[in-house]
Amino acid sequence: MKDILTKEESLKLYSKLVLARFSEEAIRREYHKDEMKTPVHLGIGGEAIPIGVCHALPKGSKAFGTYRNHTLYLALSEDTDGFFGEMYGKVSGPGKGKAGSMHLSHPESGLMATSAVVGTNIPLAVGAAFANAYRKSDDIAVVFFGDGSVEEGAFWESLNFASHRRLRILFVCEDNQLAIHTPAKSRQGFKSIRDVVRAFNCHMGHGNGSDLLDVVQTAHSVVKNMREEAGPGFLHFDYFRFLEHVGPREDFDAGYRQKPTAEELQKLDPLKSFESVLLENGCTREELTQIDEHMRIKIDQSIENARKAPFPSPEELRADVYT
Amino acid sequence: MNAKIMTFRDGLSLATAHEMEADPNVFIFGLDVPDHKRIFGSTRGLLEKFGPERCFGTSLAEDAMTGVALGAAISGLRPIHVHIRVDFMLLAVNQIVNMISNLRYMSGGQLSVPLVIRAVIGRGWGQSAQHSKSLQSFFAHIPGLKVVMPTTPQDAYSLLRTSVRDDNPIIFLEHRWLYDIEGEVDESLAIPLGQAAVRKEGKDVTVLSTSWMNVEALKAQEVLATRGVNLELIDVRSIYPLDEETLIQSVKKTGRCIVADYDWTYCGFSAELAARIHHRCFKELKCPVERLGFAPTPCPTTRPLENLFYPSAVHIIRTVEKMLEMKPADLSGESFYSYEHKFKGPF
Repeated sequence: MKDILTKEESLKLYSKLVLARFSEEAIRREYHKDEMKTPVHLGIGGEAIPIGVCHALPKGSKAFGTYRNHTLYLALSEDTDGFFGEMYGKVSGPGKGKAGSMHLSHPESGLMATSAVVGTNIPLAVGAAFANAYRKSDDIAVVFFGDGSVEEGAFWESLNFASHRRLRILFVCEDNQLAIHTPAKSRQGFKSIRDVVRAFNCHMGHGNGSDLLDVVQTAHSVVKNMREEAGPGFLHFDYFRFLEHVGPREDFDAGYRQKPTAEELQKLDPLKSFESVLLENGCTREELTQIDEHMRIKIDQSIENARKAPFPSPEELRADVYT
Repeated sequence: MNAKIMTFRDGLSLATAHEMEADPNVFIFGLDVPDHKRIFGSTRGLLEKFGPERCFGTSLAEDAMTGVALGAAISGLRPIHVHIRVDFMLLAVNQIVNMISNLRYMSGGQLSVPLVIRAVIGRGWGQSAQHSKSLQSFFAHIPGLKVVMPTTPQDAYSLLRTSVRDDNPIIFLEHRWLYDIEGEVDESLAIPLGQAAVRKEGKDVTVLSTSWMNVEALKAQEVLATRGVNLELIDVRSIYPLDEETLIQSVKKTGRCIVADYDWTYCGFSAELAARIHHRCFKELKCPVERLGFAPTPCPTTRPLENLFYPSAVHIIRTVEKMLEMKPADLSGESFYSYEHKFKGPF
């Protein structure tokens, strides 16, 4: 591990995993109260991908995400007050309650936009990469999307344009083999998305999205290549979605997929597996517990703040349509 | 006033050049933008002056290219995206209606979207159902978009400059037949969005027109003037934001109104204007507002049917005659506009 991350970096990444996981566990705990009136697409099981990729990116990178965006938002901004403000529809959210769970953004931290129509965020990120190239900057734009997105025309149009213009756009496919409930084999006419994308002359990387170290290492190598030689990167990470497509519950009883065994689930859980790596590499249980406690307090406080925060005033309905 | 005579197309290219000179963040792109025809001449000179970094063609990917424009706009650039037909822009409706129009609102005002999408509308000859639409009603229906329709070379020039400087997404619709019109252009004249233009004052009937219908209304006015009828002609220019006051004050004065819109009437912009006028001029109206627009069909190819599909000066004249209970005039000696006989100005 030490050749990939310093101890300080690894504890920082651990704290982000914990922040994301505990925040979403808090949503699961509180959701039944029906105070958070926004559909939640929880990312439990997939946290290592945005956290690891963002760690590998240079400062100043612009990021775009999907509706399964909580970890990306928290990894980049660490802004739990804004996050829960938005969950509760309060004026303390970055979108003043107009964004909700599905459209979180935090431009000052580099999270430009997230979108709930599959594939629509991809060309925006290419546009941000274009803006970098226009300004002769070697900054990178990154876009996260699921395996369903690669079936959308916008993906192929974007890939073609980005490849033709050699833009520094990092495409990150978070592959859970599911588009809502439909498995990839029922939807895709190709065997390997990487084989197809490779033909567009991208810097390629493939890794285990449940393993934070692997994500960081794979992303680092592709980002390095992109900086040295302009052109798109394509990162493909497999991971397991622990919960239903939208909502706070497990849905293994629905019958569209098998529940993994407890042992398998352990391996598929990026938090548990990273925790083991840390403990094997000189971090102590106390250090981790301290981070856990700190994050728990931070999250509880933010939930409390969000509950107390006001709803937006009626004038807000008509504000922000135009400048 | 330091005015030059130029065509509508030259007004567009000059405005673009001036904005690109003024701000290095402005660039123009789209299919066919740098080819030898230069979008009917409206992007002429830009490639030579600003190079392929700021004036370029793209892959055939209207949807993604529109998203690229949006991504560039929220990254601080000011794109002008051009479609040689508004019909092709429909491939980008997902980006326009799900992303561009919403992004500022969804971000709670954190992002702004300085973006102009230019599209050529309307008639050539025989353009049929996929090269002939206008769609201002559709775009203006969407909160978050502004919609502009210039008619004169001055408006093409000034409204395009204003649009590029605006921090909101703007759909800028240009009728192909207007490209040949010549008129005076004062380069120092700034025209804000949301300002209608009274093209001719009159007392009998207000005609509110969009785009090419202003030319038809002018012809109708000439014909009717010989019979003692004075039309007040107003060019709406800005579909959203709308200069409601100018329209309302005119109808309060004349008591009669025809909305001559260059779009379908059902659920159309003409219905929007008619509703607002009925609401605010109920007491002053001497008769109901009449609406003219496309026939409720796809656009046919063959000329006799195409002539029936598009509204014209004849439709305006006949509607005015009915409103004023006049006998229909014999129009056989009149020369109306056609593809072969286009209005060339001056306005």
